[in-house]
Amino acid sequence: MTYIAKPRLHHPSLVKNKAGFTRRDYEGAVSTLCAGCGHDSISAAIIQACYELDILPHQVAKLSGIGCSSKAPTYFVGASHGFNTVHGRMPSVMTGANLANRDLIYMGVSGDGDSASIGLGQFAHVMRRGVNMTYIVMNNGVYGLTKGQFSATADKGSISKKGVSNPDSSIDMVSLAILMGATFVGRSFSGDKHQLVPLIKAAMDHKGAAFLDVISPCVAFNNHAGSTKSYDYVREHNEALNRIDFIETREEITTSYDPGTTKIVRQHDGSILRLRKLGEDYDPSDKVAAVKRVQEGLHAGEVVTGLLYVDPTPSDLHANLNTVDVPLNTLNAPELCPGTSALDKINASLR
Amino acid sequence: MLKPTDIANPDYFHKVVDCQWACPAHTPVPEYIRLIAHGRYSDAYMINWKSNVFPGILGRTCDRPCEPACRRSRVEDETLVKGKKEPVAICRLKRVAADYKDDDDINSKMPKAAEKNGRRVACIGGGPSSLTVARDLAVLGYEIVIYDQDPKLGGFIRTQIPHFRLPESVIDEEVGYITGIGNIEFRHQRVDSLKAVLAEGYDAVFVGSGAPRGRDLDVPGRKEAGANIHIGLDWLSSVSFGHIDKVGKRVIVLGGGNTAMDCCRTARRLGGEDVKVIVRSGFDEMKASPWEKEDAIGEDIPILNMLVPKEVRHEGGKIKGVVFEKVVAKYDDKGRRSLVPSGEPDEFHECDDVLVAIGQENAFPWIEKDAGIEFDKWGLPQLNEKTFASTHPKVFFGGDAAFGPKNIIWAAAHGHEAATSIHKMLIGENPEERPAPGVNVASQKMGIHEWSYDNAPTIDHRLKVPHRPKKEALKDIMAEVELGFDPQLAFKEAQRCLNCDVQTVFTGQLCIECDACVDICPMDCITFTENGEEKDLRTRLTAPAMNPTQDLYIGDGLKTQRVMVKDEDVCLHCGLCAERCPTGAWDMRKYYIEMTHAEHACRKQ
Repeated sequence: MTYIAKPRLHHPSLVKNKAGFTRRDYEGAVSTLCAGCGHDSISAAIIQACYELDILPHQVAKLSGIGCSSKAPTYFVGASHGFNTVHGRMPSVMTGANLANRDLIYMGVSGDGDSASIGLGQFAHVMRRGVNMTYIVMNNGVYGLTKGQFSATADKGSISKKGVSNPDSSIDMVSLAILMGATFVGRSFSGDKHQLVPLIKAAMDHKGAAFLDVISPCVAFNNHAGSTKSYDYVREHNEALNRIDFIETREEITTSYDPGTTKIVRQHDGSILRLRKLGEDYDPSDKVAAVKRVQEGLHAGEVVTGLLYVDPTPSDLHANLNTVDVPLNTLNAPELCPGTSALDKINASLR
Repeated sequence: MLKPTDIANPDYFHKVVDCQWACPAHTPVPEYIRLIAHGRYSDAYMINWKSNVFPGILGRTCDRPCEPACRRSRVEDETLVKGKKEPVAICRLKRVAADYKDDDDINSKMPKAAEKNGRRVACIGGGPSSLTVARDLAVLGYEIVIYDQDPKLGGFIRTQIPHFRLPESVIDEEVGYITGIGNIEFRHQRVDSLKAVLAEGYDAVFVGSGAPRGRDLDVPGRKEAGANIHIGLDWLSSVSFGHIDKVGKRVIVLGGGNTAMDCCRTARRLGGEDVKVIVRSGFDEMKASPWEKEDAIGEDIPILNMLVPKEVRHEGGKIKGVVFEKVVAKYDDKGRRSLVPSGEPDEFHECDDVLVAIGQENAFPWIEKDAGIEFDKWGLPQLNEKTFASTHPKVFFGGDAAFGPKNIIWAAAHGHEAATSIHKMLIGENPEERPAPGVNVASQKMGIHEWSYDNAPTIDHRLKVPHRPKKEALKDIMAEVELGFDPQLAFKEAQRCLNCDVQTVFTGQLCIECDACVDICPMDCITFTENGEEKDLRTRLTAPAMNPTQDLYIGDGLKTQRVMVKDEDVCLHCGLCAERCPTGAWDMRKYYIEMTHAEHACRKQ
């Protein structure tokens, strides 16, 4: 927790993006999380991503549940919409909000407790339904607010700060999201913004259910030897499969890249993800292979990161339900009450 | 690959305190500014007094090399400060310490002369450099004799600076603090022979005789109209001693330095109604400090530029005016400037008096050719730049007499160095070995989120010093124009200081590379990255390090083998990096760096 607000003074080279904002304009209130919390780094990555995407802050809706992670939306993109829901119920509220106003950019921010314990059911269904959103789990494997009990994502056999070994199996959020039908699934690490920022950008660009599992060490309760969610452990066991270098939207590819080092994923809306391969040949559009690779990684004690699965032709909730193309609040009397002749037509069709 | 920064070298963090590093006397500026904010004026005064000897005088007249260096002028946001980035008003805050100090307290804090050690040192000239030497040596037991041609000590401080900028009472007070130490004898006596002084058996002689000769004008009519053409330096001196108390209604001041500014403003107060400054060069290239030009213009004195005096017109021994040739600046391939006639018709300006302030020169007619002092081709003594020793083993120089005309703050700095050299020589040490500065390092952490300094930077713009109304000021040559900050204004201005002496100190072994400092830093100064060559590294930081005169702080010892790179250039010293650091790898530590004077001359490097 800090007591002075971040000064308004800034680096002289700070520039405005196409939306007319500097990166600093995407900040929120000063964080009240513990010093060194990984969540703050993820907030900084979200700020950077929104800045680079030229997003208008008032078109962003941030939704979260309860927990350290769910406090985080206060600390980024201050000039946007926000909703702190009941514990674990953020997915329902986000689904409803998305149905009512499909034009906003939805960002769900949750933690391992909020999404893998109390909200696990909601998590599964929001992925299943393909709500167009970016769902970020700030995953630290521990209940920080209640002083360090294992959470549902803590690995079996990992050691708590008090020295106790975890007897339970862990829930792997990435595998779960892929199985439940999310169409963009990635994992990253709060300590690696070079990988994280492009992933967030690509997720926000994705027209469907995008899920990011971001390992975010808890400096207060889960950053010791024996933890599998500490800065040191994640750095030592990080297996990055790819890095997103560029996201190009509806533009001709003018530069040629060596197909041996780059993988291009062309999405349904015409945008292009350019993935730099790191080591092994990995195809993130193959769902079965993705689940297999992620499970192999778990088995080997690796933290597999990068863009793990993407469906280039996603469909979302609105397409599935065949809803109107505009936000409900833009519908006026003529559309909502089309008059007797329209009613007559409907009645006639039912006779 | 850049080497990790050696923060044990006192120069590293000294350079980060831009104002202190730029000050010739290396006054610990942020420390005294904090004391002013706390209302501890006497303590602030003593810090100044120790470093620069003349806080009250310098707080009104200093050339302020500290202010252009001030970090504040690099980090302010134009949109928050009416479009102009400005340094902290360091100089005028210094005056606050002098104005509001508790005189009894100060008197009790002043040192007293030690028991006489049997050595005698002569100081030639009673200006700031000699007075500094006298102060530093008298407290060590040396017997000091100061020679000056004027009846009171002070030198150019007393004779050249008009009393409406610097009241005489301030000079008397601060000269009094030095003579009050004891062991200092003043001889009101013009020195005509260095050999004669040496013959009196002094153990060392310090020459602080200034650059006393004003350059004269060499144009037709100069002699004939001589009665109304005055050398600025001499004229100001005569005004100061009350020998001159009026001037013609129409006055032309030739020259563009601070002496010219003092001449024209003095003329306005002695009956000059149509006073103008006419300079050869362009307005922007004038040597006068910008604020002095501003003050002159504010007193209805136009400054005309690109005009070279050609001839003084006169009739029957009475001046009519001056003819000027119009010139333009031309630059050759190497960027050297020359002023060439523009071809336009000459300009004639009528006047009753001309004040010539076109430069000053060193003059040592009193140093005999065979006295053992060698001079260079510019007529300046050949000196060791470190020790200020001349080619005569017992003679040292300082102030304007050493390297030509400069400001008072330089004279004080020279005086300290020369006094150290004299002391080292006389105790049998090598004056070439200079003492290291005293450095005191202390963490400012008071609690988890508490620091012992106000770490939140303000966004206030620079405050103006209140002035006496113009009408009133022009009526009385003794009335001080600047009224100085009152305590409330001083507090507000003092809060603009960024506390650059409270340093960000990094311990790589403690760092877990969580990026908390990178994320919170408002100035994007911190980066964790692979090491490299400096030029390359400067381009791939969180924000580019664009100012090559400012260092990069390199910290190693990280688990990932990366390095921490901090660009010192724009750091606000707000301490947020340390506040957000979970492991104490960052700490805010105050580096109090104090130059070593003669009293600690034996402190080894």
